Amino acid sequence: MRTKSMLAVLAITTALTVPSLALASQVTFTTNMRSFGGNGAYLAYYVTDGQGKYVGSLWMAGGKARYYEHLNGWYRATRGATREINGITGASVGSGRTLKITVDLADTLFDAGYRLHIDSAAEDMQDSPNEVVVPLTSAGAGHAIKGSRYIADFTYSR
Amino acid sequence: MIRSLHRWFGLIAAALVTVIAMSGTALSVFPALETLTMPASQQISVAELAARIQAAEPSVEQIRRAPTGRITAYYFDGDQPVSSVIDPATGRLVGSANTTTFERWLINLHRSLFLNDTGRLVAAGGAAALLTLALSGLSLLARRAGGWRLILKPAKGTGDGRLHAVVSRLALPGLLLSSLTALWMTAATFGYLPEGAGAPPFPAEVSGATGVPVGTISVLRRTSVDTLRSLRFPAADNATDTFTLKTDAGEGFIDQGTGALIAWQGSNWVDRVTDFVVMLHTGRGMAWVGLLLGVCALAIPILSWTGLTVWFAGRGGKKGSSASARDADTIVLVGSDGGTTWKFAETLSKSLSVQGMRVHVGPMSAFEPARWARARRLILLTATFGDGEAPASARGFLERLRRTPVRQDLSLAVLGFGDRSFPSFCGFAAEVARVAEEKGWNMLSPYDTVDRQSIQDFARWGRNLAQALGRSFELNHLQTRPKTWDLSLASRRDYGASVEATTVILRFSLPKISIRQRLTGKTLPRFEAGDLVGILPQGSNVPRFYSLASASSDGFLEICVRNQPGGLCSGQLTTLEPGQTVSAFVRANPDFRPARGRRPVILIGAGTGIGPLAGFARANRARRPMYLYFGTRHPASDAFYAEELSNWRTEGRLVDVVAAFSRTVNPTYVQDVLRNDGARIRKLVATGGQILVCGGREMALGVAAALSDILTPHGVDLAILKAEGRYAEDVY
Repeated sequence: MRTKSMLAVLAITTALTVPSLALASQVTFTTNMRSFGGNGAYLAYYVTDGQGKYVGSLWMAGGKARYYEHLNGWYRATRGATREINGITGASVGSGRTLKITVDLADTLFDAGYRLHIDSAAEDMQDSPNEVVVPLTSAGAGHAIKGSRYIADFTYSR
Repeated sequence: MIRSLHRWFGLIAAALVTVIAMSGTALSVFPALETLTMPASQQISVAELAARIQAAEPSVEQIRRAPTGRITAYYFDGDQPVSSVIDPATGRLVGSANTTTFERWLINLHRSLFLNDTGRLVAAGGAAALLTLALSGLSLLARRAGGWRLILKPAKGTGDGRLHAVVSRLALPGLLLSSLTALWMTAATFGYLPEGAGAPPFPAEVSGATGVPVGTISVLRRTSVDTLRSLRFPAADNATDTFTLKTDAGEGFIDQGTGALIAWQGSNWVDRVTDFVVMLHTGRGMAWVGLLLGVCALAIPILSWTGLTVWFAGRGGKKGSSASARDADTIVLVGSDGGTTWKFAETLSKSLSVQGMRVHVGPMSAFEPARWARARRLILLTATFGDGEAPASARGFLERLRRTPVRQDLSLAVLGFGDRSFPSFCGFAAEVARVAEEKGWNMLSPYDTVDRQSIQDFARWGRNLAQALGRSFELNHLQTRPKTWDLSLASRRDYGASVEATTVILRFSLPKISIRQRLTGKTLPRFEAGDLVGILPQGSNVPRFYSLASASSDGFLEICVRNQPGGLCSGQLTTLEPGQTVSAFVRANPDFRPARGRRPVILIGAGTGIGPLAGFARANRARRPMYLYFGTRHPASDAFYAEELSNWRTEGRLVDVVAAFSRTVNPTYVQDVLRNDGARIRKLVATGGQILVCGGREMALGVAAALSDILTPHGVDLAILKAEGRYAEDVY
């Protein structure tokens, strides 16, 4: 079990920037990993809008920039720009472990067509972009989504 | 400086580097196994390969080609992700592509000691330590050999020090390569290198169409499988996705509707260097390099062990100065690198203390005669480093000796420690003795040398010292009494009675050994002609060494002994009757024997020195060209081995035998017959011949001078021959 906490409000695009913390709420992401048997997996958490356009990153599990290209979806969207994940980078997540992170998300991100993506990859193993793609909705909170390669299931809760 | 750098890095890093090296050796096997077991590669295009795989496994998401050439496909079996090795000939799966837990365990141990980033930095520290050790070791090797130009010549010396030198020289290129590539890889992992080219920006516009058959995409048809890194298929439900192609040359995106290459980024020099470095370090793609590096890494535990042993043997004994320099009447100063000379100083100090002297032992760097108020004697025991340089504890000594005024009330003795097989044997000690004599110091006893820690040489010098001091003591440097065997005399042949110099050839039978002794290894060790037998005479604990004239395969042990006036051991041996026994043990002397091969061998000796030379001829069953030059007193009295020599000549074990007789009407010495035969000797040396000299010191000096006169004008340096192991002396 790992818990990461992040106080910074996600400032995704000017339109979505919230003027005060009152309009944001704490959201907890819980990611249970499968027993995939390898070294720690890298996970990139990021948001796209209704048109599939990249909006911003929420978390990067894994510290070495040279491996980010294996998180294809995120890498394509950001060209691997590490400024996108400044201050929101943690350790990679081991086989069978759980990653819990808490972020302050603007309320306007919910029920507005935004989607949360998780790309994953591990050394000498398959790259798994968009392993989890889930719309951010009030109703969807608390419901587990199955992953396909490294992630057993993923839940966000407000 | 370099020496202590090497020592301390070695001591600190030995365990770490050993763990990394051993895991590296184990890992080096995997690429070779993978290369042996994977399906044969095919000269096909990426398009063809991708089409075959997709036909066999329609859910394929990605194809990767490892640098070893192994091709892996990633696909789904139901909703279960699978990776499989592919036979490129059929596109079919042939087995699991997962890295085994054991290999992954080894990799994590090797690169990070299971400690993630901290461990990676520690492992990189190990690589840096190894690089430092390799470079400092290389410079020490050069100094040890006597210069860079001699570094590839056969290593000299004995024991662990020699093993350390031999093994490190073999492994050095591999260790340098491994440590340098490891550091590059660490720098790449932590992002300390300039950036690689990376991927091109993802195209803003794609055709939006889907469904081009992968086998028809022209860029894939032009790309050979041999250059493929990976090909990713577009995600099934995403029309904006593309094919992603990575090759040795770069990476790019291919439209899934048109098959056109819509973005491309070529790799840059950083990518290419890193790829090459990784290939060298891991052996993936160059399995034989990997195996070679793995074998080189095996040297690390050996080097760690021998390095520690040499260091440990050199410690201790440095303390133990019994009197302060101010109070002592006898000052013993030591010049030493390793520390063996300190132990001789210890023995000397003990013996002199028993005689009631107040002895101070210190390093030669503490040469301050002005402070030695009560000192009457100064004894210098010094080794030589490399090509005649001062050893560590004697640095600056010569300058100080030259500056310091002579103290007439202080008499001086110099004893050099060295190894005759090095080109400049006791060079530093000889220089010290020369400067001291030149400045007018009173010499307590003549300058002398100890070859290869010979306890016999040391005892002989001790006898002279005792005589000079008017005392009676024996310097016995034998730490522990060696295990001895009783040898029974089988036969003796007497010579020289008429010239009043009794010389005997003694043949001992080898001890009978029971099966139990044979099984438990308690037998007399095997020996070759030229090895040494140590004999403990009755009434002394100091063994006397004689060169062996036979090999254990001859079934007997033979030596040639001349009666020295007043000699304890030679007196007992020359009066030994068949059936009587002596206590003896055997010591190897590997530097003094014919090298392997068919090259000619020139044997030169005088007096009893003919013993081992006769042994070499006797063992020459292969009939390689051997020439014997020997000097003795008179053909009538001293015809050692006369009958055998003529037989061996007839049989071809000796090509020619040339004798010089010093007590005839026209006295000649062995150096004279060498000079007469100069042309032949030059020719034999030019064809790679080897020279082995055995006999007394005077004769060896004369022979060396004669050989120099013969060879030097033709550009052959005796010191070089010595360094190459082609000129060896066994001198007593």
